[in-house]
Amino acid sequence: MTAEYSKQNIIAELTAPIAEITKCYPTQRSAIMPALYLAQDTYGFLDEIAYLAISEILDVPEIWVFELASFYTLYKNKNMGKCHLQICTNVPCMLRGAYDMLEHLQTRLGINKGETSKDGLFTLSTVECIGSCDVAPAMMVNETYHTKLSKQSIDQLLDQLTQAETESLATDILSLTQNKSSENNKPLANKQPLTKSEPTTGQES
Amino acid sequence: MSELVLLKHITHPDSTDIEYYEKNGGYQGLRQVLSDYSPDQVIETIKTSSLRGRGGAGFPTGLKWSFVPKDDGKIHYLCCNADEGEPGTFKDRLLMERDPHRVIEGMIIAAYAIQSQVAYIYIRGEYGLSIEQISQAIKAAYARGYLGKNISGSSFCLDIYIHKGAGAYICGEETALLESIEGKRGQPKLKPPFPAVSGLYGCPTVVNNVETLACVAHIFARGVDWFTAIGPEDAPGPRLFGLSGRLQNPGIYELPMGLSLRELVFDYGGGPLTGQFKAVIPGGLSAPMIPLAGLDVKMNFADLAAADSMMGSAAVIALDETTSIPTVGRRIAEFFSHESCGKCAPCREGLHWASKILNRIESGQGRPGDLEQLQVICGGVFNNSFCALGVGASWALRATLKHFSHEYDALITQQTIPIRDRTRP
Repeated sequence: MTAEYSKQNIIAELTAPIAEITKCYPTQRSAIMPALYLAQDTYGFLDEIAYLAISEILDVPEIWVFELASFYTLYKNKNMGKCHLQICTNVPCMLRGAYDMLEHLQTRLGINKGETSKDGLFTLSTVECIGSCDVAPAMMVNETYHTKLSKQSIDQLLDQLTQAETESLATDILSLTQNKSSENNKPLANKQPLTKSEPTTGQES
Repeated sequence: MSELVLLKHITHPDSTDIEYYEKNGGYQGLRQVLSDYSPDQVIETIKTSSLRGRGGAGFPTGLKWSFVPKDDGKIHYLCCNADEGEPGTFKDRLLMERDPHRVIEGMIIAAYAIQSQVAYIYIRGEYGLSIEQISQAIKAAYARGYLGKNISGSSFCLDIYIHKGAGAYICGEETALLESIEGKRGQPKLKPPFPAVSGLYGCPTVVNNVETLACVAHIFARGVDWFTAIGPEDAPGPRLFGLSGRLQNPGIYELPMGLSLRELVFDYGGGPLTGQFKAVIPGGLSAPMIPLAGLDVKMNFADLAAADSMMGSAAVIALDETTSIPTVGRRIAEFFSHESCGKCAPCREGLHWASKILNRIESGQGRPGDLEQLQVICGGVFNNSFCALGVGASWALRATLKHFSHEYDALITQQTIPIRDRTRP
């Protein structure tokens, strides 16, 4: 983004795409959630300036915007690291060692969950079930799923992401963490009775 | 079951392409519905199939559709609940990522049955690839005339939109889901009125799970007789069981209901990772765990209910002898506490309270009386929550206390710190 971050600029930039969104709904209010996503995807985070801009674009009370941004956990109210690591610690992942992996991540990155590394590259969070229970423990890095985590695979991944950063390969980080490179393009052996079977959902790159 | 149906095309590299889907019989059921069936006949067919919802509650699908008023002059809505969030559940994600047209076809048929011209699919925000695949499938379906105006030459018109969730487990509850589409916080509403009468934007609305709608598409492709021949009479049809936790072969298994939990975790799951199973959670984290001695229970709605548990989302989470039940109990309380929408005090305060006590017990600060206190909070506080979230948490937690109180006791009596006399101020 080159323009200054201001309410006027957000309004200028997002009015047209938000108008597209409103066509999907009979009320303006329904478009608030997608509008929040749009602002977050555009600027990386959400704040009062964005709430106000969205409320003006949609002509809805600002509280309607703020109450959603504060209720739903995927809306981020502060600048996140370039790579948002979200490790699942819910029961199926926990049973497969998720807490050990969390500890390893905290040690490696020198941060606690909820924090961002000093270089701004990593934010570490825990997350509730992300639907990768058969290949636990699982973690999302931005939109990419990483499954069957081990200390070794975590080290490899962090090295890869750090390297991409030090070599200023911003596009690399993007391509490493977008949903299209995600797992599951080769999932699922359904098993017949009494046959030995392969683990299901495949591992991604 | 000799032939896989729900998972049949999952592993094929082209399974998400509309050409592949059509070549393998896709959208033929829909075409037949639009040319030969009245909406009422579609509802009757689904009633005859005895299809029950695959999301959690297991409500008969045809019956749900039949509650929508006819010729009331109102707009009707169909919503597909793809906010899969019940811990242990990952089946809908697979269907959307690998067989998205089946879900779309099921949605179109359901929308026709209830005469809805606008449908939403509410997909949880974390499922980026599901959103991508469904979105491409919708585009392809428009291009082929399966969506939009005058579908396949009929007078029926339908638009489908994706509404992306934003990280709230409670939005899997149908009234919360509808609130969320309306642009509000995902907080459940009092029923009645049920959505079929007053749902999205106050209009009659049906909310169906992803797997349920996939089954609808299969029923019209293969016939009711095929469907009812699979599994028990009161719960027929194929079902996706998600196996996870401490067993050898986790994964999705397509099987008829009615087999025993033991078969599921031994014959399919391959048995425990270490030693012996301690207990198995049969239907997602809200379903009360069943101890080893109860594993012969049949996986159907009635038998699981009789065993004080539930079928839920058919997500089977196995716990073996390395598993600490108090830790699982603590995690259950933490999860539901985190996901409480905050609307009602019993759930909001009770779960927070319980999770504090459980954390304390786990970290070596347990006190005599803690378990009794937990029983009171479970049974008398969040069990009285507004929606099923607190109730489910209460059931799940109480099962850990009922079957494994000795594990909690062991943690508490082992304390080395002085135990405060709690009868004094």
